[in-house]
Formats: sequence, C-alpha cells, structure tokens
Amino acid sequence: MIFLIAVIGGGIVGTLIARELNKYVEDVWLFEAKTNFGMGVTKSNSAILHGGYDDPPGSLRAQLCYKGNQLYTQLQKELNFDLKRVGSHVVAIEDEETKYIYELVKKAEKNGVKEVRVVEKLELLEMEKNINPKAKRSLFCEIAGIFDPWIVAMQAAKSVRINGGRTLIKKRLVEVEKKNGKFLLRFQDKSEYFADLVINAAGLFADDVAKLFGDEVPEIFPVKGEYFLLSKDFQYVNSTIFPVPTGISKGCLVLPTVDGGFLVGPNANRVLSKYDTATTREGLNEIREKGTKLVPNLNFRRHLVKTFAGLRPETEKKDFHIDVGKSGAIHVSGIRSPGLTAAPAIAKYVVEYLIQEKIGMNLYKRENYIPEIEKTPHLIHIDRNEWNDIIQKDPDAGEMICHCNKVTKKEIIDAIKNGARTLDDIKFMTRASFGECQGGFCTAKILKILAEYTGRDPREINQNEDGSWIVNAKVRI
Amino acid sequence: MKYKTDVVVIGGGAAGMAAAYRAKKEGVDVILLERDEDTGGVLNQCIHNGFGLQYFKKDLTGPEFKEYAKERLEDIEILFGTYVLEVRNDRTIIFVDRRGIHEIETKALVMATGARERHFNSLPVPGKRITGVFTAGLAQRFINLENLKPGSKAVILGSGDIGLIMARRLTLEGIKVEAVLEIMPYPGGLERNVQQCLKDFGIPLYLSHTVTAIEGDRRLEKVIAAQVDYKWDPIPGTEKEFEVDTLITSVGLIPQTKPVDFVETDPGFLVSNTNQTSEDWIFAAGNCTVIFDLVDYVAKEGEKAGKYAAMYAKGEYKKGKKVKVRKGENIGVIHPIYIDPTQESTLYIRVSKVFDRANIKVLPLDVEVIEDEARPPEMIVVKLKPFDENIDEIEVMADELISKLG
Repeated sequence: MIFLIAVIGGGIVGTLIARELNKYVEDVWLFEAKTNFGMGVTKSNSAILHGGYDDPPGSLRAQLCYKGNQLYTQLQKELNFDLKRVGSHVVAIEDEETKYIYELVKKAEKNGVKEVRVVEKLELLEMEKNINPKAKRSLFCEIAGIFDPWIVAMQAAKSVRINGGRTLIKKRLVEVEKKNGKFLLRFQDKSEYFADLVINAAGLFADDVAKLFGDEVPEIFPVKGEYFLLSKDFQYVNSTIFPVPTGISKGCLVLPTVDGGFLVGPNANRVLSKYDTATTREGLNEIREKGTKLVPNLNFRRHLVKTFAGLRPETEKKDFHIDVGKSGAIHVSGIRSPGLTAAPAIAKYVVEYLIQEKIGMNLYKRENYIPEIEKTPHLIHIDRNEWNDIIQKDPDAGEMICHCNKVTKKEIIDAIKNGARTLDDIKFMTRASFGECQGGFCTAKILKILAEYTGRDPREINQNEDGSWIVNAKVRI
Repeated sequence: MKYKTDVVVIGGGAAGMAAAYRAKKEGVDVILLERDEDTGGVLNQCIHNGFGLQYFKKDLTGPEFKEYAKERLEDIEILFGTYVLEVRNDRTIIFVDRRGIHEIETKALVMATGARERHFNSLPVPGKRITGVFTAGLAQRFINLENLKPGSKAVILGSGDIGLIMARRLTLEGIKVEAVLEIMPYPGGLERNVQQCLKDFGIPLYLSHTVTAIEGDRRLEKVIAAQVDYKWDPIPGTEKEFEVDTLITSVGLIPQTKPVDFVETDPGFLVSNTNQTSEDWIFAAGNCTVIFDLVDYVAKEGEKAGKYAAMYAKGEYKKGKKVKVRKGENIGVIHPIYIDPTQESTLYIRVSKVFDRANIKVLPLDVEVIEDEARPPEMIVVKLKPFDENIDEIEVMADELISKLG
C-alpha cells in the first residue's frame, strides 16, 4: 500500500516542506488553491532574506530565521534562483534611536548572529549615498539578502515533480474526514484524495484549514502591508534600509529588488478580510512619508511603476506555531515575518523534528533523489556568445517580447512548457510585463503566444484566477 | 554578423522613417533598425484619419501615412525584428534578432525610439490589482490589430488625443463609453477631436475629474471618480460611480531613451535645433525627445535629424555651439532647449494656461507671434533665422494680448 503525504498550501513554506519530505518519500502530493505556487503571502512582501538579529531571543522565529538564512546558500545552488546578499542597515536618524542600535547588537549576540557590525555616520553615508544625511549610525548585517520568493516556491514545486511527487493547482480544501486511519481530503472541485499524513501550510488560511481537521491553532488575522515599486532608472540604495522599528513591525523600508528595481514599504494595518489586498490612499501616503524620511530624494512621480498590497498572517503572540494537532495533522501556521527566511529551516523542523522525532516515524533518504534542478536562464544576463549559440539552435531566443525586462519569446514558450497558463504565470516566471510599461507593449503579444501554444482562444486566458479575463469578444466574427 | 555604415537610425516610426529617408538623400549609407515586422510603429494601429495634413499635404489614416513614408525607403537597408541591446560610446551598436547577436560600426546615430504610455499603475490610485485596466494604446491594438474587444462598458481616463480617439473607437465597436474624465479644467487633446470623437457621439466629458478608486474582485466592476480642486485633490462629496468592466487610460506619454544612458535626458533626449544630443555623434527626433501633438512635426524633426546626422557622418557638421533656450513666463514646454545659432531653428511651444490671445515673445530676439485661443495641448510653432552667436541665452514667454483699443 502506498504511503502518501499531502501538503496543503503551495507557498514558499508548503513547497519547501513538500520538497524536504520528497527527499525521503516519493509520494508527496502538494495541493495549492490558487493557479500557481507562491502566489499568496509569498508573493506580496518585502522579499528579503533577513539576518536573524532582531527576532525575540528564545522565540521559534529566532531559532529558525538565522538557520534559514544559512540554508539558503545551498538551496540557491540546488533550485537555481537569483539571491543577492546585499546586506541590510538598520538606520538610526533621531538621537533617541541611536541607543537602539546597541540593543540590536546584544539581541544579535543572543540569537547567535555573528555577521553584524555597527557602522558610523561617515562610513554609512559612503555606503548609502542617498539616505537621510541626518542618519547617525546603523547596524549592518552582511548576510541579509534579496530574492524573488515566488520563484523559490515554483522551483521547489518543480523539484517535487521531477522527483516523483505531484503538485496540483486550483485545489481548495473544503472538508476532511478520518477514515480507516487515513485522512480523506475533499476539495472544492469535488475531487477526493486519501493521505496518511497531512501537513497544513495554508498561510493566511492555516487556522481555517486546522479547523477542518478539528484542530485548534492560534487565530490568524491579516495585517496589510502596502508598497511602492520604483523603476530601475535611479540607484536609490545598495542594500535594504530599515528604520529603527516600532512595536508593530520592522517599519517601512527602502530596498533594491533582485532584478534592479526598488521597493518602498510596508506599513502594517490589521484588516478584516483575508482577501483585502487593495491599496488605500491613507496607506500610500503613510509609506510615501516614511520612505522619504529614510531616502529623501525618492521621486515617486518619475519612478513609480506600481503600488501593491500584501497580507501577513499574524497571530496574537507574533510567533510561528508549528506543531502536531490532536488529529495527527501537522499545522505550520502563523508564519509571519521572517517566514521567507525561515522557510527552509521550517521544512527541516517539520521533517526532522516533528515527523521523525516527535511522531517517531522512521524515514530513510531516497538514493535516487535529485536535489538540483535547472532553470531557463534569463538570456539578457548570460554571456553574449552563449546567447548567440542558443539563438542559432532556436531563433525564438532572439525575438524580444518584453522590452522593459528584456524577455525573449523562447523564455515565454519555456515557461508555458513548464506549466504557465495565465498572464501572471508568465509575469512571475519570466518577468515579462513586470517592468515600467506594465505590459503596455507586450500584453497583446504574450496573450497571442499563450493562446497559440496552449491551444486556447484569447478569451479563455486569464490574468490569474478564474474571472480575471482580459478580452471578452471579437470585433468582427 | 558585423555591419559598417554611416548613419544608423533606431526606430522605424514616423521620425525614424523620415530620418532614414533624409540621411540617404544626403548621400550616405543608412541602416534602419525596427523592432517590429513592419515600419510605422503606432501609426499602424491608428486607423483614423487626420495624419499628414502638413507633411504630405493630404488627410491620411495612420497606415496610409506609414505607406507614404515607407515608399521613400526603397533603397535603404531595414533590419526588422531587431532589438538594440547596447549603444556604446565608441560608436558601435549591438542588437539581437532571430539570426543572432550583431554589431554595427557607425559614424552617426539617430535615436527615433518614440514614447511609451504612462500606466495607470503608476498614478497611484488605491485599489486591488484587477484586470480590465488598459492603456489606450493597448486597447487600440486589441481592437484594431488583434480583432479582440477589451470589455463591454468603459470609462476613459484622460482626454488626450489617444483617449478621445479611443472613446469613438470603442463606441463604434459597441462598447458603451460611460464617461471621459480629465483632471485638467480643459480637454487634453485637439479641439477637432473633442468635437468629432465625443460631442458627435454624445459621450460626456467630465473636466477637473479623476479616478479616485477602482473596485472589483478579479475583473474591474466599478470606477469611482470625483471632482478635483486646483491642487488635484479630490473634493469630498463629488464622487460619481460608474459600473463598468473596463477602464482605458490615456494619462501621458513618456519618451523612451533606452538603451542610451550616457547622454543628457529630461526625461526625453535633450537636443538642439540640429537634433544633436550632448554626444555629438548622436542625434534624436520625435517623441523620444519631447511629446509632439502632430505626427507631421515628428516627421519634420526626423528629416532634420537625418540631414544633420548625414552631414556629421560626412564631416560637414561638427559639434554645434549651444545657446540655451529658457522657459519664461506661462510656458509649459519648450523644444528644443539648445540652439546652434548658425542654423535655422523651429521652436515647439506649449503654453502653460489657456489664452484668448497669446502674445509669444522670443527674447532678446525681435520675434513675436500672436496665437488665438492658445491652449496647452496644442503646440505652437515658431521659426527662427540664424542669429548672433554672441547671444548666450534666449527666453520664450507668453502673455495675454490686451487690445490697445479696449
């Protein structure tokens, strides 16, 4: 009889847990409610690899963040994604903030983080020419980094597929039944699956999913964070710039993105709905003001590409809750910041500690497991001779579709071969339409390629979820 | 592959076609790089008429204007489907196409890279990121070139010419246009377009109005608009709701200067009356310098850039002297901002407010032009003869002409 493990939720945490399990068990099935992996909490946040120096010592967050940061080095090699360890500064601007920098040094020591140092004004302004000249000093952490978290989730899901697991999209769990010692999972699309072990990594919805198992986890309430994305046209900062934090969050940051743009945000406002990802006038004004305090010359008029908001799954105790429920299901919930950084460590915590030690299940590493997976390179970034050779074999590699981010037709077709079906799939897998013109030039072309290579009519193609249609009729029949 | 030529033109739109034609006419070798499979750029999707009245002395549609301009390119090497990766200051240009990566060694370059549309996402209007929001150009492409409708009921934000043209185009295709919103107290496009595209079809135009929020779950369901005060802040209590599935935006064009990043820009290429940029071998023309209101001006500028680039390649024109053109009172846009006083020049001027009768002066030159009903959207053209090289700076200003009799 097959032993099947189900992971509910295909964000960065769920996909990395599925991948970790897959190193031992072939039949790992990953169920994601949305149309692609990493499209929930994973997608809309600051996309930072944190240093691990500021989590409350003794918390599960502190235990897993620094470890996660270290695990990313290996993970990046195996899953082949861009990760830049650009470092981070926590900047004290006001007099009363400067002592906080030394408190952070002590906290870092307690958390075992050695890679931090205090940078004084002169050196700080040398490292970051555009930050507020009133800055007094900063705590610099060299192991902090930036990356695209959704790429990690998509690559981890691909790694599961390559190693014999299954990854399913549009699977929203609605009911769970215990039957003959197994879990019977029922999904919204009426499909049913039996699983021997279930890991709930449903992000914002982890508390709701836990209830389906009859288990209790701390209630999750969504906290909205709003952002500005600025274009590549001006190099505002070289590393992630944090203000001295308030009690609620790490504050509003200014940071580079891995492909050369800049983010300003987030704020932190508790909202009622887990679907409320609308930006607000007040919120945007708030982060504009706070961002400008850190980097006074931010030019929103000239450099703004877009605004967006994401939701963080927060709990009252502001810590991760990762444990086995009464039902026997494992709940990975309350994964707020620094969840992205901790994710690989959370995966090991679940598999090595909860499953093997706490539940006492014996797992053996598979000999045929392949940790490395390939990723279609972004051609604009590879050596020109190599690119030229690729074009000789495949002329599509010489046809530029997205002019802002320089994505070729080959890269788009490769994404479709890897499962892309929506405009957002193409956008998040290849970065086409992610740039300054926001798809003004390339949307029509991408829609055409998607239609051609998936054998559908353009009217059937969505931006992301069902209902997010682009065109609805023909002009002439 | 390696190419060698006298003048490279990047961009085969109205400016680029004119530049290539004129450079060739000056007797030099020309290569025109075009990223699409045809020349013409946005002209191809502008199927309405009104193009070419000045330049070809004919009332043409966009594609017709393109055909007329293209006819003159017969013996010019045009490389289609090309994308320029790099322009190096050692006068080499690297581009990619379906055959591979290539290099051109040239003597002069004309940038004719046009503009892109400012996207609604960059405004920033609060709301979710839902579908149904299109730039006017994308909507126009879907309807006119791809045979696809972007929705059933629409609001248009921005009354620039593209917004006005699209209001009529959508209406003709059975898409109901509920309103055109304009943040300024006057329409952004040409007066003839307001009449022919809105008034003739009974489409309401709301001046001093903007979109304050968009709503919808996955596709747009509602646009909320409000009247704005003089600072463009929404006035509470003036909100209007439109239940539409489509929002078309025409909120400005941004000159495209990439991949050239070592010449002066703000935000378009800063050129002189000879279309020379801050690098003497690079010339620029059309919407990549400043946003023009008529394609005829773009083509004329393109020709001029082609002429001077060819002269430069032949060694007949060097680095021109630069007299600064200053923007004086009531002037919104002035182009170009440098003048080589040894050459003739054409100034393109946008006033910054509406005038009954504007008196435009170029100081200290003895040039005055009177323009009736001058409005910011319509460019005023002033020609200057070569002038004294000892003048360091000229200033352009406008004021209301008050009748001496009144």
